[in-house]
Amino acid sequence: MQPIVRLRSAVCLLGRFPALAGVDLDADEGEVVLLSGGNGAGKTTLLRMIAGLVPVHSGEAVVLGHDLTRDRRSHRAQVALVGHETGCYDDLTAAENVEFAVGAAGRDRADVAPALDAVGLAPLADVPHGRMSAGQRRRLSLAIAVARAPRLLLLDEPHAGLDAEGRAVLDGLLTSARDDGRTVLIASHELDRARALADREVVLTAGQAHGALDARGRAVVPT
Amino acid sequence: MNLGHEVALVAGKDLRIERRARVTLQQILPFGAIVLLLFAFALDPDRGVLRRVAPGLFWVAVLLALLLAVSRSFTIEIENGARDALRLSGLDPAAIFLGKAAAIAVQLAILEALLAIGVVVLFDVALSSVGVLVLATVVATVGLAATGTLYGVLAAGLRMRETLVPVLLLPVVAPVLLGATRAWEAAIDGPASDAWPWIGVLGVFAVLAVGAGMLAFGPLLEEA
Repeated sequence: MQPIVRLRSAVCLLGRFPALAGVDLDADEGEVVLLSGGNGAGKTTLLRMIAGLVPVHSGEAVVLGHDLTRDRRSHRAQVALVGHETGCYDDLTAAENVEFAVGAAGRDRADVAPALDAVGLAPLADVPHGRMSAGQRRRLSLAIAVARAPRLLLLDEPHAGLDAEGRAVLDGLLTSARDDGRTVLIASHELDRARALADREVVLTAGQAHGALDARGRAVVPT
Repeated sequence: MNLGHEVALVAGKDLRIERRARVTLQQILPFGAIVLLLFAFALDPDRGVLRRVAPGLFWVAVLLALLLAVSRSFTIEIENGARDALRLSGLDPAAIFLGKAAAIAVQLAILEALLAIGVVVLFDVALSSVGVLVLATVVATVGLAATGTLYGVLAAGLRMRETLVPVLLLPVVAPVLLGATRAWEAAIDGPASDAWPWIGVLGVFAVLAVGAGMLAFGPLLEEA
């Protein structure tokens, strides 16, 4: 079976600096992979590279069957990235932001209300993004990711800014994503919580993947 | 989803944001009106001069307002990382270009209608050959909006974009200023038939700008 993500010696330069200096990574369908590592290890760049937002300068990178060294646009419609920023418009309401993302993905408007409901934002559907709290904005970006129904879900520090209820919502979304056969990559510093959700952990140090750990962060297994 | 739906989606989004933020009505329109007023004050003693230069002053005011509209159109994509979301949206870059250009064109059209009233009132200009005038304005607006959108995305990722956009854009749209001014002069004072060659120039410019934008916007959005 073709893995959803397959990286071999993947290098990404930001300017002349190698943000990723040869990463090997596999992620299969329905797998939840935790990316751990300190600040500057390259977790965010790795997720952005897999999303096709930054180029692969050398090595092999195949995501959802697309070779990112040749084409980093074609797979994007099947990818959702929840990053540090929400990607939303301040003057649009929560519902309008989801509606735009859903429309762009060619999906039905009927997906908007269930997505907001799934993250507990249904009562705030008519509130502009610009008037939401940081936690509510984070939930909104999760709602957009849910509504797009991607095959590959990329989460960059998804627990940041979420209260206890929000974290429970996120855990539920990740569980149902895995049950639906979606592949999830999570970059997080909240290792205990993320490990409880992940099938595997990959440790990044200075832009390189240094092997994989099991779900409890113990045994090193090859990627 | 076909191109038309994607264009409508992007244009609808930008216009909805504009309707809420009211930047066109509360900032860009007053700016254009102030430009006209300043010209009127500067040339006030000679109404004849004002009437003669009214088309040029109108289009200079439109060009300056275009700079603000383009800047605004890409500022909303920079806030909250919306540009990355747009890149990941799955939308055809050509549709994003056409949608953003269409939204700018609509805002310019509203602005031009209101500024035209200002020109008539302040500069004592009698509008004749309205059909030719409107056609020249529509074609010029398409060219301006398309060019502005293309140069807007070109500068979107740069820190100096606020100052860079005018430096890059104004020389490129000089043919529109010339063609639209001449077409207006012909429609107002001369025989309206004199406007047609200039409308042709504006049409060629608009077609080239739209074509170049549809081809180049995607790669420029990736690099922004």
